Amino acid sequence: MPNAPLRKDLQLIADQITAGSRLLDVGCADGDLLHYLREEKQVEGRGLELEVENVNACVAKGLFVVQGDADADLSDYSDQSFDYVVLSRTLQAVHRPNEVLEELLRIGRKAIVTIPNFGHWKIRRYLLLHGSMPVTADLPDTWFETQNIHLCTIKDMFHLVDTYNYKLEKFVPVTEAGNEMHKRQRMANLLAAQALFVLSKG
Amino acid sequence: MSVDSQNTSPTISLFEADALQLDSGASLSPVHVGYTVHGTLNAEASNAILICHALTGDQYCADSHPVTDKPGWWSRLIGPGKIIDTDKYCVICSNVLGSCLGTTGPSENNIETGKPWGLDFPVITIRDMVKVQAALIEALGIETLFAVIGGSMGGMQVLEWLASYPEKLFAAIPIATAAKHTAQNIAFHEVGRQAIMADPNWHGGKYLEAGTSPAKGLSVARMAAHITYLSEDALAQKFGRSLQDRDSVAFGFEADFQVESYLRHQGSTFVDRFDANSYLYITRAMDYFDISERTGGRLADAFKSASHVRCCVLSFSSDWLYPSPENKHYVRALITAGVRVSYTDIKSDFGHDSFLLEMPEIDRMLDGFLQRSSEAREI
Repeated sequence: MPNAPLRKDLQLIADQITAGSRLLDVGCADGDLLHYLREEKQVEGRGLELEVENVNACVAKGLFVVQGDADADLSDYSDQSFDYVVLSRTLQAVHRPNEVLEELLRIGRKAIVTIPNFGHWKIRRYLLLHGSMPVTADLPDTWFETQNIHLCTIKDMFHLVDTYNYKLEKFVPVTEAGNEMHKRQRMANLLAAQALFVLSKG
Repeated sequence: MSVDSQNTSPTISLFEADALQLDSGASLSPVHVGYTVHGTLNAEASNAILICHALTGDQYCADSHPVTDKPGWWSRLIGPGKIIDTDKYCVICSNVLGSCLGTTGPSENNIETGKPWGLDFPVITIRDMVKVQAALIEALGIETLFAVIGGSMGGMQVLEWLASYPEKLFAAIPIATAAKHTAQNIAFHEVGRQAIMADPNWHGGKYLEAGTSPAKGLSVARMAAHITYLSEDALAQKFGRSLQDRDSVAFGFEADFQVESYLRHQGSTFVDRFDANSYLYITRAMDYFDISERTGGRLADAFKSASHVRCCVLSFSSDWLYPSPENKHYVRALITAGVRVSYTDIKSDFGHDSFLLEMPEIDRMLDGFLQRSSEAREI
């Protein structure tokens, strides 16, 4: 049975992964990325996921996923026990992003982090015109309902990476349509809707 | 009449040539085991599932009980076309060592004296129980189990299998359990044991010889334990402060409240199907359980040979007997040991007994896990 095409942002993550590696997907939802990587790249994957229904869906795909969240449960994993730890569109929703990032790089040799870019020009325009927290296709919830408690821009991420002396292995800004764009940090901070960072401790 | 004499399942005699060496240092020979089998072992002997029962459970997991006539305690899950499908798997369930339904325990006659063992029966452990299960599996011609599954004390046996016989396992499902008994667990068990031993009909454990039964004590033990299987919410929902067959309290000590009447019923029906000394020995085995003890307190080390086993763990949010953090604790150890494990904490108001109840989240998890695991095992 051929697999359904992977969501674009997950495909972009999948493209960064070396075949046959070990990977932990933190906030793996219903396991699409893990399933794809197992089938297409023989990746030995594990998942951490908050919702029972999602864990059920992962188990039904033959994946191994533990219910838990990034803030509380990363301490369960041993130092350097994975080649990659993936945190997809979740960093902005954790209580302590800096500590979570440090945990990712303790557990894995590389961390792959994607974020919605709060510096995108449409979000800036929304705030300028409306004077209220932006509600967009990418960030559809009101400020009082959203899980996103630490929204940040691409520039902010670069700042965090600098502050902790992480090594930026790769930076991929992404358009609203989900396509890779070839811009440097400054322009990307204005034009990219999302971004992917591959980090290591050098 | 002893409970044992009413067993109708097959029994097998094990450890006849080589005695069973117990953790206490004592030995037993022979050891009888009452067990049930549902389904057929395939030619490769690759489709066997061992079901491990809880403290007061027995081998009647799928078919009706010879004493109470009630349906098997997990007949909801085990049977033809069910999640633990007996058309596909060969499902084995044995009465644990120390119990009273076909398996050697304190109510069985000591060959040397011709009298029931009583308190001369050696103290046993969960590891001893699992040793007997491993011998049974071998006697049935099974080298590796497709899966070992159990809740509560049955889950402790699953963890013990992972620690002691990982090479004989393909998959393991511990449910609502713990890798050690906590002070609170031991405390509740001690209340139960003291209730039994305080009953004058207990006769220092020789009630079978005296022709009596410490039914009152055993009943109180069951009542106290039963509270720990439920939750405050479950009791409130089921009974609240409702009165039993009356409009107002009677200013006496009859069962005014429905919850009292319910507990009394649980206690009085239990004594017909369970042996008081077995209750003492099995609760003791559970109290002694602490897998990490043998690896200097490092639980993960106990599972280090189990990294090839596929695991699926379930706990229940309102379980305060073996609460979610206790389950989480051994899940963490399994992860550290490199065991492939899936885990969910299922939201439920019904306390520890949730694992015996109808719950779609249980079904989805078990079904998905068993389906994919059986494909991997090519059953």
